[in-house]
Amino acid sequence: MSVITTTKPAIPKPEKPWRQTPAQRLITLGIFALAGAASYFIVAVTPVKGKLAYVAVFFIAFVTIDYLYARIRQGKSAGADSVFRGFVTMGIFIAVIPIISILYSVISRGYKGLHWSLFTKDMHSTPPTGPIGQGGLLHAIIGTSLLVAVALVISVPIGILTAIYMTEIKGRFSRPIKFLVQAMSGVPSIVAGLFILAAIVYPLTKTFNSFEGSLALGILMIPTIARTSEEVLLLVPQDLRESGVALGGTQWRTVAQIVLPAARGGLVTAMILGIARVAGETAPIVLLTGGGDTKNWNIFHGPMGSLPFYIWKGFAAGTNESITRAWAGILVLLVMVLALFITARFLSDRKKK
Amino acid sequence: MSSLLTPKAALPPKRKITTEPRLSDKIFRRVVTGGGLSSLLILGLIFIFLLMQGLQTFKSQGIHFLTGSAWNAAVNDANQIDLKNSHFGIAAMLIGTLICAVIAIAVAVPISVFSALFLTFYVPNSLKKIMVAVIDLMAAFPSILFGLWGFFVLEPIGEYWAKLLHKYFGWVPFFKMEAPFFSRSPFIAGLVLAIMIIPIVTSISREIFGQTPLDRIQAAYALGATRFGMIKAVAFPYARSGIVGGAMLGLGRAMGETVAVYTVLNIVYKINWHVLIGAGGNVASMILLKFGEATQGEVKALMAAGLVLFVVTLIVNSLADFIVARSGKSGR
Repeated sequence: MSVITTTKPAIPKPEKPWRQTPAQRLITLGIFALAGAASYFIVAVTPVKGKLAYVAVFFIAFVTIDYLYARIRQGKSAGADSVFRGFVTMGIFIAVIPIISILYSVISRGYKGLHWSLFTKDMHSTPPTGPIGQGGLLHAIIGTSLLVAVALVISVPIGILTAIYMTEIKGRFSRPIKFLVQAMSGVPSIVAGLFILAAIVYPLTKTFNSFEGSLALGILMIPTIARTSEEVLLLVPQDLRESGVALGGTQWRTVAQIVLPAARGGLVTAMILGIARVAGETAPIVLLTGGGDTKNWNIFHGPMGSLPFYIWKGFAAGTNESITRAWAGILVLLVMVLALFITARFLSDRKKK
Repeated sequence: MSSLLTPKAALPPKRKITTEPRLSDKIFRRVVTGGGLSSLLILGLIFIFLLMQGLQTFKSQGIHFLTGSAWNAAVNDANQIDLKNSHFGIAAMLIGTLICAVIAIAVAVPISVFSALFLTFYVPNSLKKIMVAVIDLMAAFPSILFGLWGFFVLEPIGEYWAKLLHKYFGWVPFFKMEAPFFSRSPFIAGLVLAIMIIPIVTSISREIFGQTPLDRIQAAYALGATRFGMIKAVAFPYARSGIVGGAMLGLGRAMGETVAVYTVLNIVYKINWHVLIGAGGNVASMILLKFGEATQGEVKALMAAGLVLFVVTLIVNSLADFIVARSGKSGR
C-alpha cells in the first residue's frame, strides 16, 4: 500500500487584471494635476472668469487629456470610452452637489434658530420680528404629528387592502388598479387640497380644521403605502400561502394569520415611507388647516399649526428673525423626515438578510 | 359485530364538495375588492367635485379659459362675482407650467441618465450602496425645502448663469431679453424643478439599467467592447423606452409641483416664451397665490384650473407609467 502523498499545489493568488496598478494610478493623478494646472492658467490668461469657469475648463481639460492619452495608447474606441467616463462621472457630481448644498445650507442657516424652548413653547405671543430666543414650534410639532397620525389611520387600511387585492386576490381589476394607483401617485398635492375644499369644506363644514388636512394628506399617502406594501407582500414566499390553505385555512385566515404577519416588518416600512412622503407636504396644508400659532389638540375644530405651515409663515413674513425661524423649522422637519427614511431603509435592509 | 350489520346509521352524512368560498372568504373578498377599488373612487371623486365647482367658470368662459391669459375677477355691487365682466384664462399659466417642466426635463434627464449609468456600471462596489442611498434620500426632501433653498441659495447663482446664457447665447430666440430683469424667471424655476426630479429619474433609469440581461453585457465584453461600447450597443437600447417613461414621470411631477415653484417664480398673466425674463406662469403656484385673496366666484375659477392641472398630470403620468411598464419586456 503506497501512501499517496499529496502535496497541495500552491494556489496562485487570484489575479485582478482590471485593478489599476500604482503606475496607472500615478498617471490618472498626473492627468488630474495637468487638467487642474490648465484650468488655472486658462482662467488666469483669458477673459473667462469665475468659479464656474474653473470647473468647466477643468472638466474640458481633463476629458481632452484623458482622451488623448487613451487614444494614443489604446486606440480610438478606448478614447471614446474615456470621454464617456468623463461625462458619466460629471453627471454624478452634478447630481450630488445640490444634495450637499441643500444639507449645508439647512444646517448652517438652521442652527442659528435652534434653542431649547423651541420644543416647549408655541408662537402665540411672538410677532414675526420677535427675537430668536422667543417662542417655539411645539404647536407645529403637535400639529404635524396629529395631521400625519390621522392621515395614517385613513390611508393605511385602504393602502394595505389595495396591496392585498393586487397580490392575494389577483382579480380582474388587478392591472387597472395597479395602473390607477400609479396614476394617483402623480396627483399634484395642490389638487388633493382643492378636492377636499370642493368636496368637504365648501359644501359641508365651511371652516378649516386639521381633519380636512389629514384627508388630503391621506390621499397623497395611499399610493406610497399601496405600492410599497404590494412589493413587500410579493416577497412573502408562495409556500407559506399554500401551507396555510393546505392546513384547511380559508383565504381570509391565511392572509390575516400567515401572510400579513410574515410581512409585518415590510408593512411598517411602507407606513414609514408614507409618513416621510407627506410630513413635509405644504400646499394642501396651506389651503386647508388654517395654520394656528397655539397648541391645538382638537382635530375637528380650530386652526392647526404644523411644521410646513410654520416654515411657510416664517418665509412669507420676510423679516430676518422669521426667516431664521423658518430655516430652524426646516432643520427640525428634515431631521424628522430623514430619521424616518433611514429607519425604513434600515428595516428593509435587515429584512433582506 | 352488530355495528357492522348496521353501518348506515354510523356513517356521517356525505360531505358536500364544492369550490364555493365560505362566507368569511366572501366577505373578505368583497372588503378587499372594495378597498382596492377605492383608488378609482378617489380619482373619480376628485374629477367630479372639481368639475362641479369649476363648471360655472367653464360655462361662462368657454374656450377662453384655455386660450385666454387675462385673470381678473369683477365684483358687482352685491359683492358677488360678476361673471360677465370677469376674465379667467389660464393659457399663460399652462404654457408657463410646460416651459418650466420642459426646462427641468432638459436639465435633469441627461444628468440623471449619466448618474444612473455611473451607479450601475461604473461605481466601485464599496461606494454603490451609500451613493444610491444618498440619491434616494434626496427624493425624500420636502418640497418646501427646495423652495427655500431655491429662493435663498440657487436664485443668485441661477441669475448669474442666466446672464451668462444671455451674454453668449442671446441669439437663441428663447434666451432673448427685452429688459434686463433676470430674477425669478422660468429658467430658475426650471432649475429648481430639475434638482427635484433628478432623484426620481435617476432611480427609475438605474432600475432599468440594472435589469439589462447580464448575458448580453458579457457577450458585448467578450466581443471586445469597451464599457462605452457595451452601454451604446446593449444597455442603452435596452433601457431607452424606460428612460423616456422615467422622464415623463419626472415631467408629471414637475408640472404638479407647487411650493418650490411658488417661491422662485414671478407669476405674470402673459404668455412669455423668453425663459430668462423674470415673468412666468405656473398653474399650481397660481392657485396657491390667488387662493388667499380669492372671492367665492374666483375660487371656482381656481377649481377649474385645478381640474385642468389634474387632467393634464394624469394623462402625462398614465402615459409614463404605460411606457415604463412596457419597457421591461422590450429590448432586442
